[in-house]
Amino acid sequence: MAIDGGPNLIQLLTPEGLLSEHPDHGLTLTDQQWRDRYTDLVMVRRLDTEATALQRHGELGLWAPCQGQEAAQVGAARAMRPTDRIFPTYREHGMAYVRGVDPATLLGLFRGTTLGGWDPAEHGFSLYTVVIGDQTLHAVGYAMGIQRDGTDDAVLVCFGDGASSQGDVAEAFVYAAVADAPVVFFCQNNQWAISEPLERQTRIPLFKRAAGYGFPGLRVDGNDVLAVEAVVTWALERARRGEGPTLVEAFTYRMGAHTTSDDPSRYRTTAEGEAWKLKDPIERVRAHISRSGVADPTFLAEVDARADALGEHMRAACRAMPDPSPTSMFDHLYATDHPVVDHDRAWLTAYLAGFSDSGRGH
Amino acid sequence: MAVLTMAKALNTGLAAAMADDPMVLLMGEDIGQLGGVFRVTDGLQATYGDDRVIDTPLAESGIIGTAVGLAMRGYAPVAEIQFDGFIFPAFDQITTQVARLHLRSSGALTMRMVIRVPNGGGIGAVEHHSESPEAYFAHTPGLRIVTPSTPADAFMMIRQAIAHPDPIMFFEPKRRYWDKGEVNVGAPLAPLPDLFRARVVKRGHDATLLCWGPMVRTCLDAAQADTERDLEVIDARSLAPLDLPTILESVGRTGRLVVVHEAPVVGGVGAEIAAEVSTACFYQLEAPVLRVGGFSTLYPPSRIEDIYLPDLDRILEAVDRAMAY
Repeated sequence: MAIDGGPNLIQLLTPEGLLSEHPDHGLTLTDQQWRDRYTDLVMVRRLDTEATALQRHGELGLWAPCQGQEAAQVGAARAMRPTDRIFPTYREHGMAYVRGVDPATLLGLFRGTTLGGWDPAEHGFSLYTVVIGDQTLHAVGYAMGIQRDGTDDAVLVCFGDGASSQGDVAEAFVYAAVADAPVVFFCQNNQWAISEPLERQTRIPLFKRAAGYGFPGLRVDGNDVLAVEAVVTWALERARRGEGPTLVEAFTYRMGAHTTSDDPSRYRTTAEGEAWKLKDPIERVRAHISRSGVADPTFLAEVDARADALGEHMRAACRAMPDPSPTSMFDHLYATDHPVVDHDRAWLTAYLAGFSDSGRGH
Repeated sequence: MAVLTMAKALNTGLAAAMADDPMVLLMGEDIGQLGGVFRVTDGLQATYGDDRVIDTPLAESGIIGTAVGLAMRGYAPVAEIQFDGFIFPAFDQITTQVARLHLRSSGALTMRMVIRVPNGGGIGAVEHHSESPEAYFAHTPGLRIVTPSTPADAFMMIRQAIAHPDPIMFFEPKRRYWDKGEVNVGAPLAPLPDLFRARVVKRGHDATLLCWGPMVRTCLDAAQADTERDLEVIDARSLAPLDLPTILESVGRTGRLVVVHEAPVVGGVGAEIAAEVSTACFYQLEAPVLRVGGFSTLYPPSRIEDIYLPDLDRILEAVDRAMAY
């Protein structure tokens, strides 16, 4: 049972909420930034628990919870500029939140009203990618485009411990390395690929794989928002200077199920979950800001009230989300006219018109 | 007018597209200094630099996956897959990413991309160098598939494909790379919808031979060798979408259709054509739609590939059967 990140773990805020020093990495946040990070973390957890509840109420077909990974996602996303680009998997709800994607919009994919949901360019946040690891190559290609544009933007691409076994991830490492592409490979090692523990994916710590490709790899405490932001900032700055990719392994834990269809009790112990609860990413920030006087009980209550409002917004927006029109399935398959699509759309329209009393609008 | 091989016509078309649009990039294995194993990109890296003519690592999924990212950034990558049989490592990126992202993004992302694939047999190659994998992609909504059969078409179609906003699979008949033909290298870019129009190669009224890529020359040879029947030859040019109006008009006149392709007959594009023609021309058909193509086995060792590949005799044998109804 993997709980201890080992001697290479970069940590700046202990599970007890105490600041700690690291010889190579550090970051100082203002009081306001501390309050903002705490707010992010609380909002993301509420977003996640709300969506899980909506699935249990039958409003979503599925949800992939991110509970336990809030610090990894908030810390990494807060390290990025608006003009940078994030390539997520399908679990980066915390990053989506930080990048300004309305949490209600995230629900469409899981409710079954859309295959996408947002404009990647508007938020610097690509669409969720379900096929494991594919997005790592997109991120490298996008970074190659940045190089050709001559800007100092950078890319961060998410993947998990399971995806580390994918061929596309290995190819992405190769392509990025030889091109010195401005990309940060951000691996959230949450210890479990559905039911398969890390031992099924690797014989060495994941961050050490980077050495074989010729770029740095670091392991950061993924439940420490300060350390994640520090390390990702450092990696992004390397990328902006033209020094190439970095692999950042955020050592964290998937506190919930793989998805709402999963039953973790079949493959992992409650003792493991209890041990990780002591490393909760939110509790340590609350402890730090309370102890240091950055936040008072009034502030904490205000954040809770904002989280309640977010939950209410998500519930209302989810239930109000209309089904797409039947023929919308053909929209945007191609950028220009296509006779087969036109034929199928016309046929379906005429067919459905024969059921004009069915009440299914289109 | 210039007389060019198909390989040189493609090279000239690629150069024209790169000159017209600075966002056009070429990427693939050995396409830079070497100029590609078929020399289709010969000299282009020297002209346009290694930022625009990229020698990629030897990983096909990586070629297409990074092309997706470049397209997201506004570039128009033209990716070369060195040989037909090497495309399958990229199958996932092509079918689950390239084909889907325009729709998934509600049109916000444009996957302007051309995937060039030298394909087909007849060159005495070792295994995995003679495949005709078009049907796998024709079955995937979101892709378009075109294939030229002459130097003139190769020159114009590669330019149209690069200018087109949809992702396009561009199959190049490698056994015809060295065929020569007249090319109007000064011609302006033809309208993009014309890329998906079939071409009537030879008019006739007894039966229609429908073919594409490497089989166009073979079918034309067969039609010209047949002194008894007056055969029409149509080059489909576009396999997805098919130019059904042109095909149906022809079959409506001749009443007989033989579809000829190198790929295995079972589940091939010919099966789709047969179904469409049988539906639309049910009352005009004088005979069932017949198919001539590869057999239901692996592409054979090259010493017997001439038995596997459709040739004049097999095509005319099918015409005999069609005429016997």
